[in-house]
Amino acid sequence: MAADDYTLIGRPIPARVDGAGKVTGLTRYADDLFPARLLYGKLLRSPYPHARILRIDTCKAAALPGVKAVITGADLPRPFSIMPVNQDEHALAIDKVRYVGEPVAAVAAVDEETAEAALHLIEVAYEPLPPVMSIEEALAQPDNRIHTYNRVGNVHRVVALEFGDVEAGFAEADYIREDTFFFQGNTHLPMEQHAAVAHCTPDGQITLWSATQTPHYVHRALAAVLDIPPSRIRVIATPVGGGFGGKSDPFAHEFCAVKLSMLTGRPVKICLTREEVFYAHRGRHPVLMWIRTGVKRNGAITAMHFKSFIDGGAYSSYGVATTYYTGALQTVTYRVPNYRFEGLRVFTNKPPCGPKRGHGTPQPRYALEVHLDKIAEDLGLDPVQIRRPHLAKPFSMTVNHLRITSCALDECLDAVVKRSEFLQKHRRLPFGKGVGLACSAYLSGAGLPIYWNEMPHSGVTLQLDRSGSVCVFCGAVDIGQGSDSVLAFTVAEELGIDPRDVRLVTADTGITPVDLGSYSSRVTFMAGNAAIVAARQLRERLFAAVAEHWGIPARHLRAAQGRIFAVTDPSRSMPFAEAVQRAEAKFGTLSASGSYTPPPLAGKYKGHGVGPSPAYSYTAAVAQVDVDPDTGWVTVEKVWIAHDIGKALNPYLVEGQIEGSVYMALGEVLMEEQVFRRGVHKFPSMLEYKSPTFLEMPEVETILIESLDPEGPYGAKEAGQGPLLPVIPAVANAVYDAIGVRLDEIPITPEKVLKGLELRAKGQVARLGPRGIPAFAFPPPRCVEVPEEWLVHLPDAKTRRP
Amino acid sequence: MKTVVRLRVNGDEVEVWVPVHKTLLEVLREDLQLTGTKHGCELGECGTCTVLLDGQPVLSCLVLPIEVQGQEIVTIEGVAAGSELHALQAAFAELGAAQCGYCTPGMILTALALLRTNPAPTRQEVKEALAGNLCRCTGYLKILDAVARAAASLKDGSSYGG
Ligand code: FES
Ligand code: FES
Repeated sequence: MAADDYTLIGRPIPARVDGAGKVTGLTRYADDLFPARLLYGKLLRSPYPHARILRIDTCKAAALPGVKAVITGADLPRPFSIMPVNQDEHALAIDKVRYVGEPVAAVAAVDEETAEAALHLIEVAYEPLPPVMSIEEALAQPDNRIHTYNRVGNVHRVVALEFGDVEAGFAEADYIREDTFFFQGNTHLPMEQHAAVAHCTPDGQITLWSATQTPHYVHRALAAVLDIPPSRIRVIATPVGGGFGGKSDPFAHEFCAVKLSMLTGRPVKICLTREEVFYAHRGRHPVLMWIRTGVKRNGAITAMHFKSFIDGGAYSSYGVATTYYTGALQTVTYRVPNYRFEGLRVFTNKPPCGPKRGHGTPQPRYALEVHLDKIAEDLGLDPVQIRRPHLAKPFSMTVNHLRITSCALDECLDAVVKRSEFLQKHRRLPFGKGVGLACSAYLSGAGLPIYWNEMPHSGVTLQLDRSGSVCVFCGAVDIGQGSDSVLAFTVAEELGIDPRDVRLVTADTGITPVDLGSYSSRVTFMAGNAAIVAARQLRERLFAAVAEHWGIPARHLRAAQGRIFAVTDPSRSMPFAEAVQRAEAKFGTLSASGSYTPPPLAGKYKGHGVGPSPAYSYTAAVAQVDVDPDTGWVTVEKVWIAHDIGKALNPYLVEGQIEGSVYMALGEVLMEEQVFRRGVHKFPSMLEYKSPTFLEMPEVETILIESLDPEGPYGAKEAGQGPLLPVIPAVANAVYDAIGVRLDEIPITPEKVLKGLELRAKGQVARLGPRGIPAFAFPPPRCVEVPEEWLVHLPDAKTRRP
Repeated sequence: MKTVVRLRVNGDEVEVWVPVHKTLLEVLREDLQLTGTKHGCELGECGTCTVLLDGQPVLSCLVLPIEVQGQEIVTIEGVAAGSELHALQAAFAELGAAQCGYCTPGMILTALALLRTNPAPTRQEVKEALAGNLCRCTGYLKILDAVARAAASLKDGSSYGG
């Protein structure tokens, strides 16, 4: 059966199964839960970026009428962190605070006002310490240490890797260029403020409802911090009102809500204020980058050396992974035969950075794509000529041992170049108008889990009811990307039923099989595959029962339109529910489980855990801009974007992810920045933290390219993060095309544009960006052998469907 | 200080006993269990808490209930006719204009007010009317498509328009 015989997959059917709840206000987010006898929790936060805590006195707060419990760091002494290495956070600070906004105490009271009043009665004596507020300061002040567990100064992590022979590669080059770039940090700004409700009942069972992308990891962290067997804890992820990576860590308010509920025996809710969301952060790392590339005259890369200096904020969070990610994917788009990567993450006295859409890869992608734009100009090539002949090949291995399967980057590039008429416009538009181009790649799920284990990354259990309805149990969290819809469509497709006959129970660690969470663009790929496995098992049993009844071979049966058909005799069919009843009579209660574990992809060298993925999505984008030379304002007029999605399971959902990614990229490249003045966040409010509105959003022409990945469900790959990547450098390159000014620093604000134009007018080098990089001596790189060229002969993806 | 406030919400007369400074947003959510009205800032910056007051969109986080006694308040719960979705709701659901869905109630109510005064808005007019409502998921484009589709289906009378 050919791929286009699907009834639901790939069809522009109504986009979502959760649409009706969301448009009527029925969907219950975490802060919409009001259990009986609810108490309200609030967190007291540090006013200092860096200080010792000398004393905390909670007596007056505890004595306030209406206050039911007050806790401090001493009540939650066990550390945690999302990654098993560097367990360096506490729910409430102990001995020291490391950023403005770090929680130091928590209160539960009968209402929010009383809780707020109690916070004012908590007395904390601090001894302020000098804050460390930048990468440069972190390196320049090794004795002013933010942590002491790390080996030296404020250095969190250092990585140095070499693949192939970089010296030899540079020696072969006809031309070598070096550039430096800076990408300012920014934040997720989900519309929903983080919230959690905890309830500890007298039987010793603990339930936490939380707006989290990773209930499984929160479950593990709660057990560790509270020192309670995980079997007594149930974490339910409520529908998440926007995540983008910002709700992927375990958070102070989650631990505190649980602890306060344990102390009071009543449900406790903590909902962060918008200002607190800026402090919870875990957003885009500020990264200073240096890149040196050797090329042949035709643009073929002979060697690349990349250095990243990463401002991690006060804690490790996902930082070890981030550090590797800033060096991992450069090789997945263009053939790089020799590659050296050096990465350094430092601690600073700012809210901890973490994973935001694209996790650690948008910064180097921006640097690499602008750098290539410059090399092309130096060599007299156009931006297509320098890329097109040197793209990564499908079913190949990169020099850093990443296995590429399906790859249609060539088609993506050709599509955007053609549709945007890029070559007719580039360097030919009037002053103030320009076009820019960039390519990128991203993971469809990480190859390895966050903590080492050999269990599946995603599991799905299905239960069939005699009515013909199916219940899907899966740990996956719908954060708006549509994972519930993908599960429902997949199961309905396999069983030939209406998606409305599929019920979903998701993201509940007490009930659903583990799915690792909504991060690294893994859910469609992994939960989708698990759902297919489970549904096919059930279908087999249904077919066996029906085949027996009709006395024909099971292989002659098909499930479609709510019925089971005999393909050999189309007049013969049976309603799905009847087939279920026959199968239940034959086999007993009907349920089945499926799971997905990525193939072994890693392990050849230390650090190879970050970067491998069962499949990479590919994207190319062209941006067209108009730059007003008087105001410096950059208007993005249009974005053309082509995405190799593998297979679009639902075109509306995929387009929605791509449009959302383009939007978020435009915010990052033009306006969003998380910046500080003397240790204090400059603008922790939605009014002053500028993000694009309807008026700044251009039209987007989305082109879906289907490469049918052999491992993806129905051939699908990710769409939620990858499409953000090329948009940022495409805009930067377009601004250069428009006004001849290189903005080697993100965001490209009107002030920077005007400054650049002024330099240009004075005949100086029209560039804004970092002057250089800190003098930091990386250790000698770990040298890794070049992999043998890898080629697979996988079955054609189209034949995956029996 | 607490006081009795009489409100008219989605056609129902209700009476609540609340602190005078409690916002309409809080009263709707906490005292009337109308949690379909969301909040993203509680400072008048994001549009998420939009409700209609005598047909006009207002930010409920900035309104004191005592000021709006006797006026007609419509929240997202009052948009559908029984179980029949309003054309805007149907279009948002079908086109994926609600991703996480958190901004959706505010978007739909703002768009509803627009379509009542301007049944055939241009794309630019929709953008201007909705510019005070932030959405972080959709990139706004599917929302524009949904409003256009709703306007068209209301015009040809094929769906419920409240
Ligand atoms: S919550 Fe009212 S405008 Fe943001
Ligand atoms: S749909 Fe998530 S904020 Fe708009």
